[in-house]
Amino acid sequence: MSVEIKHLSHIYSEGSPFEFRALNDITTTIEDGSFVGIIGHTGSGKSTLIQHLNGLLVPTSGTVVVDGMDVFSEKKSSLIKLRHKIGLVFQYPEHQLFEETVEKDVGFGPKNQGLSPEEIDERVRSSIKMVGLDFEEVKDKSPFELSGGQMRRVAIAGVLAMEPSVLILDEPTAGLDPRGRDEILSQIKTLHETKKITVILVSHSMEDIGKLVEKILVMNQGEIVYFDIPNRVFTEIETLEKIGLAVPEVTYLMGKLKKKYPNIREDIFTVEAAKNEILRVIRGK
Amino acid sequence: MLKDITIGQFYPTGSVIHKLDPRTKILFTTAFVVMLFVINNLWGYIASFFLLSLIIYLSKIPVGYIIRGIKGLVLIILLTVVLNLFMTPGTTIASIGPLSISLEGLKVALFMALRLIFLVMGTSIMTLTTSPIDLTDGMEWCMRFIPFVRRYAHELAMMMSIALRFIPTLMEETDRIMKAQKARGANFETGSIIARVKNLIPILVPLFISAFRRADELATAMEARCYRGGENRTRMKQLRFEKKDVGAYVVMGIMIFGIIGINMIQIPLIFPV
Repeated sequence: MSVEIKHLSHIYSEGSPFEFRALNDITTTIEDGSFVGIIGHTGSGKSTLIQHLNGLLVPTSGTVVVDGMDVFSEKKSSLIKLRHKIGLVFQYPEHQLFEETVEKDVGFGPKNQGLSPEEIDERVRSSIKMVGLDFEEVKDKSPFELSGGQMRRVAIAGVLAMEPSVLILDEPTAGLDPRGRDEILSQIKTLHETKKITVILVSHSMEDIGKLVEKILVMNQGEIVYFDIPNRVFTEIETLEKIGLAVPEVTYLMGKLKKKYPNIREDIFTVEAAKNEILRVIRGK
Repeated sequence: MLKDITIGQFYPTGSVIHKLDPRTKILFTTAFVVMLFVINNLWGYIASFFLLSLIIYLSKIPVGYIIRGIKGLVLIILLTVVLNLFMTPGTTIASIGPLSISLEGLKVALFMALRLIFLVMGTSIMTLTTSPIDLTDGMEWCMRFIPFVRRYAHELAMMMSIALRFIPTLMEETDRIMKAQKARGANFETGSIIARVKNLIPILVPLFISAFRRADELATAMEARCYRGGENRTRMKQLRFEKKDVGAYVVMGIMIFGIIGINMIQIPLIFPV
């Protein structure tokens, strides 16, 4: 599913003294099957933007077209159907758990889709497995007796169980320990590769973004600054720093090494790639 | 839907009314409300209308914003008007089938409607022009003069200010949870009443959990800073009466005596009231 954003603007509390322009004439296309990262300073409009993609927020002007269907000119019933196709995982998704058991909570989405009990059961099983939990072990537990990281996984599984064609995640790793973070991110990566779904990942961590995504969308004050492959975005160190962002630590290191080894490449943002590049230069190839 | 609620909101413009001492505003509003119920003829309402207009003008708050606060009460106002119109016995001036409107009913209905509208407008001006912190400080001071309540003045004020402070937070939280459940295909907009009530469970459970979590965290944070109630507690910002407060009290005095005067004199108007 491709997502086209056309001249999208959003103003909060229009006409009151608290008026705030969160998005300013955004136009871009997120292609089918791509893995896009959105980065930006706090208040740059990232969360506002993603909430338009499945019609949770109504824009002040402009529109979003998903697979040729205009999200905001359709009837309510088809908007609800659209939300089944576009899965949105909010920040701290564990705060939205409510059912008595993990199984029921993960099944909430599929149940709203009107699936048969067998289908629901199958989806619940597979999505709990997808997030790296043991179905038999957690299914009868209350979601509130799990650890923070497990709760997060259950909440993500709740969205995955709807089998969306586009998966949007708003900082899925905020507040998790490094191991939980790596696991969740690698599961998202696997999901993208095996099911060929479009993934949009909002994150503050340049390292995560650099490692995972195919294209980066940089936002500042409600506008798009860059929308390009990581190699090109992460070489714009000056502009990124000016809007309160940074590039991965490794990229800074490569910049420093460049002063001593002029033929070293600078557009590197994973430790693995940096290691190979340093070895290449040292061995004089 | 949540953004339509304007009662209890603070609207900063920095006007003279905003800068008045909160105690003055509380006393003035109380006097105004009492006066609204004392008034017994139309002249009194005309006078209160001019007083209210003057205060709204001075506060620099857009009139539309204040009127928006009445919108939510339209139903209650209409109900009182209709009931009073048909249920008051007296000289009949018009009748539709078994229902009849009396002159007295017309008068009572009109007064009731004006009373309610002015009441809501007057009190919402107080909350619109006073920040929640000032308001509770003022309340605390006022409560010191009420016997029995006096002992708990600080605790009550603290409870109120915490409650007020968490209204926007909880509203935001509700909005966020609603959106998250909508993203999971929950439907809050259509369906029968029973279905809609059932649909509230996915919102209420997480909301309560987060409210308890916040309360717990706040209690810990307060204890960590050695909070132990009102005894011997001093303030950083002392409330102080100024010249403009004296002005407000003069206006208040004129209002009270003016309305008592109007009530006693009973100047005849278009229809005998």
